[in-house]
Amino acid sequence: MSELKVFEPTPDQDTILYVKDLRTWFPVRRSLTDIIMRRPRRYVRAVDGVSFTIKFGDVFGLAGESGCGKTTTGKTILRLYEPTGGLIAYRPREILIEQFKEKGYEPKVVDQYGSIDIGKIPAKLLKPLRREMQMIFQDPYGSLNPRITIYEILEEPLLIHKIGSTREERYDIIAKALETVKLTPPEDFMFRYPHMLSGGQRQRVVIARALILNPRFIVADEPVSMLDVSIRAEILELMMELKKKMNLTYIFISHDLAVSRYITNKLAIMYLGKIVEMGETGRVIENPFHPYTKALIEAIPEPDPKNRAKLRQVPIKGEVPSAINIPPGCRFNPRCVALDSNPNLKPYCTRKEPPLIEVEPGHYVACWLYAKK
Amino acid sequence: MANEVLLDVRNLKTYFYTTKGVVKAVDNVSVKLNKGEVLGLAGESGCGKSTLAYSIIRLVPPPGRIVSGEIYFNGENILKYSDEEFRRKIRWKGISMVFQGAMNALNPVYTVGDQIAEVIMLHEGLTKKEAYTRVYKLLALVGIDPRRAYSYPHELSGGMKQRVMIAMALALNPPLVIADEPTTALDVVVQAQIMNLLKRLQRELKISIILITHDLSLIAEIADKVAIMYAGKIVEYGTAEQIFYNPKHPYTQGLLSSIPRLRGELKKLEWIPGVPPDLIKPPPGCRFAPRCKFRFEKCDSEPPVTEIEPGHYVACWLHVKS
Repeated sequence: MSELKVFEPTPDQDTILYVKDLRTWFPVRRSLTDIIMRRPRRYVRAVDGVSFTIKFGDVFGLAGESGCGKTTTGKTILRLYEPTGGLIAYRPREILIEQFKEKGYEPKVVDQYGSIDIGKIPAKLLKPLRREMQMIFQDPYGSLNPRITIYEILEEPLLIHKIGSTREERYDIIAKALETVKLTPPEDFMFRYPHMLSGGQRQRVVIARALILNPRFIVADEPVSMLDVSIRAEILELMMELKKKMNLTYIFISHDLAVSRYITNKLAIMYLGKIVEMGETGRVIENPFHPYTKALIEAIPEPDPKNRAKLRQVPIKGEVPSAINIPPGCRFNPRCVALDSNPNLKPYCTRKEPPLIEVEPGHYVACWLYAKK
Repeated sequence: MANEVLLDVRNLKTYFYTTKGVVKAVDNVSVKLNKGEVLGLAGESGCGKSTLAYSIIRLVPPPGRIVSGEIYFNGENILKYSDEEFRRKIRWKGISMVFQGAMNALNPVYTVGDQIAEVIMLHEGLTKKEAYTRVYKLLALVGIDPRRAYSYPHELSGGMKQRVMIAMALALNPPLVIADEPTTALDVVVQAQIMNLLKRLQRELKISIILITHDLSLIAEIADKVAIMYAGKIVEYGTAEQIFYNPKHPYTQGLLSSIPRLRGELKKLEWIPGVPPDLIKPPPGCRFAPRCKFRFEKCDSEPPVTEIEPGHYVACWLHVKS
């Protein structure tokens, strides 16, 4: 029996970001009786101990069902939510460090490559970080202010960050941004309102807004899930083209494994706030180890009518429990069919959280099936 | 079930009379459905697929109106019926519907049992007690513990609410159920369970289903016949095999090659450039022409529907033999 290798986020030359044991808990409001009875405060453990590493140029996929914590993970990394605990280490550009120093803040360096712990930056001083890290939102219908023009939407970040001292300069930057997302000629789009654009065009504006400050790290939260199938590929292609052109690194959040397969090179499957499986996208999808990943993949329909005659057997039981009452041990155990066929594992599965261990080079799984052999 | 026609929609037009102009949401649509078959109706948002469904069950919201056409159900033109007659004879008893967004389609202040019982009591004049015996059976049929009849919608998960909606649609044993995007907003695992349930019910109860969705993969899971809609018109119709293995309309081809696949070779995804037309002023001729890569002179006039092989119809000039 060989030694089991437990996943440990270790940075190297090419690492742009890594998180270690990241936790984001939201307190549940206590009722009056809770307070009188002195019941302890309860938390929704949306992200509950997540670790991974991302290299320069990666498209790192976070996948899972709704409520698994994938969006919260992405937003916590951007500090849109406050992390409850853990480390978010990001390798900054020189200029970011300078900007922090100008404000009189010395970010804490956490490794020999100069990564800084962005989880610890005071909320007031986050502004310079926004020039490095940006977000593409899911809903192009909800994330653009309907009362201002596309020009004003794109000018806002420039004004906030004091880029382009004159109106002409800003106009040029905005025109260029619209061109990079292929809304051409830009004059045609600048003075329209969001409602005058189609869903695909709006999503391009959302992308242009994220890229206008010239960031290098993007969290894309389900960027195509609200769009019609026929134009999804166009947006995905644009994202990949921009990644090459601007040397971007993406976290790509999606519930759709088929879409993830086309755009990501690494994939992490989340369940109830934890990563259950992680590795090269192709390997995770073609050769899943975790019973949950297997069920997810089995559940996805294919556009091929030959499956019509049979029922799709999805090897999973029950429904996702609430993130307030996370089952003890492996959090997937109440739904696991592998546990039913391996009752000898029960003492482990129901009592101890499984470690994320390496099952083949670069492919990690958190399941006692593989940790106890 | 020897290919007996259950539903026959002929030249149906449903327009919305808005202040900006007339939106031709369903424009001259004809489609047939046999007893015990599943018809998949696919198309992108705004193509008129839901309006077609609402027209069949006569619930088109104002300012929409069925302008002309015929809908034969069991051989009778149900568009001739008065509203009252339609409500008593057809709606729910003949044709029922599973609405989009089960999350919001249930009344939050009544138990789900009461909501299902209401249908039965109203239509069949049973007492609440009698109706409830059927409610229990219906809930068991869709895989819910009958004790859940006393639950309020907020106590159920999304998947269970959708099952309740399906139970409600089956309350009066209708031969035809229309399911409008029954699995959007549900997670893939729950989606697979709901699709399995629909498949099982369709076989056990020998009902016909019209499944409306933008997701062609779901249609492939269950449909015998497939109709592809674009900008208010059906552009291609055929058996599932014909549509998925041998698509003829450039729009169908584009749609199929834009679906990301989970299995098999990783081919480059295609997309259809441009956006669907404004249905107030649709382009003259073929409505897909402005986005079509095969466009030629003839496309300026409307393409006729051509049968290119038995049961496979296409509305495209490429397939019209001169």
